[in-house]
Amino acid sequence: MANDKVLQLTDAEFDTTIQSDQPTLVDFWAPWCGPCKAIGPVIEDLATEYDGKVTVAKMNVDDNPETPGKFGIRAIPTLILFKNGEVVDQITGSVGKSQLVTLIEKAN
Amino acid sequence: MKEHYELVILGGGPAGLSAGLYAARARLDHVMIEKGAPGGQVLLTDWVDNYPGFPDGLTGFDLIENMTNHAKRFNLNIETAYVTKMDLEQKDKKVLYLEDGGQVTCDALIICTGASANTLNVPGEDEMRGKGVSYCGTCDAPFYRNMHVAVVGGGNTAIQEAEYLTKFASKVTVIHRRDELRATKILQEYAFANEKIDFIWDSTVTSIEGGTGVEKLNLLKKDGTTSSLEVEGVFILIGVTPNSNELPLEQLNADQWGFIPTDIESCTCVPGVMAAGDICSKDVRQIVNAAGEGAVAVLAAEAYIQNFHAESKE
Repeated sequence: MANDKVLQLTDAEFDTTIQSDQPTLVDFWAPWCGPCKAIGPVIEDLATEYDGKVTVAKMNVDDNPETPGKFGIRAIPTLILFKNGEVVDQITGSVGKSQLVTLIEKAN
Repeated sequence: MKEHYELVILGGGPAGLSAGLYAARARLDHVMIEKGAPGGQVLLTDWVDNYPGFPDGLTGFDLIENMTNHAKRFNLNIETAYVTKMDLEQKDKKVLYLEDGGQVTCDALIICTGASANTLNVPGEDEMRGKGVSYCGTCDAPFYRNMHVAVVGGGNTAIQEAEYLTKFASKVTVIHRRDELRATKILQEYAFANEKIDFIWDSTVTSIEGGTGVEKLNLLKKDGTTSSLEVEGVFILIGVTPNSNELPLEQLNADQWGFIPTDIESCTCVPGVMAAGDICSKDVRQIVNAAGEGAVAVLAAEAYIQNFHAESKE
């Protein structure tokens, strides 16, 4: 079930989105990646829980090669937390919800 | 999620999904608790050619989707939650503690938490994770188009993934600590016939070097000679470690690695607690026996639950 609180991000909108002083969590994923699918429900949960506080976004790396290239992403899922256009921190792999919450809290 | 169930199935890989199918059909009051979407390690597999009933093979993805839909047809109840701790000491119930502070209790528990990829534990591995160090060929192979990559390992997973990587990489070097592969013969035949795959035998990786991405591996051969190999990625596929953080290992009589011993009925040494799939202490970790153990575990759980209810009425 798609959660409309999860922003589907493209290369074109990327820069403006991450400039915000509201933190943005970007989940770099692809349809052929099993662990990306496994982490999907957790991302949707976070989007609901942090609604209005953190922008939770997904970027399909197949359709948007430019941004993952810029950040040297060579494994997915990779989750990067941005604030004011800067990388706060990142995690690679299908991690648990608590690790993602810890990541998000780093923006405060 | 309710406060109490007759049966909790912990984990949603093939063992858990098979247990779920049997539990749902037995009309047990059940829940399958999974931390994300069902699937487990099968989701790391690009292609499954050894699961009976699918003569043309299928993707790991599709197999899991089929298993999930199959169990859901009989109303398998799946909840997303993360169990951090459990108390199996109490006689009348097992207690599972959840990450969000809640708890759930059950009469019987089937542990299907599975296993995850082993790490090499060498310098540079952690730093380069996601920047050239990968544990999933299927996930990350497309990032290595026309590049030279290494695969560490000699088992089924390593050799199958090496083969898959050749669809993208220009060259795949398999580094194995012994002088022959452990992978099943048909996978070896494919790999030896593949011109893009070469082998470095009797060698281990001692460190991984790189800047923004992996640049080279330092190797040590059995005879003591050292060398280095320039690659842009390294896939580490050297077996598994149990997902057992939340389990009371001592009470479950876990082996030295943290795998759980079970009897032929899938029962652990704790009454009412069964285990199935890769978390079990055993030699063979295949999808097909994981699924088989899941079914066996439910039958044992069902018998335990019936007995448990009969005793509590007395």
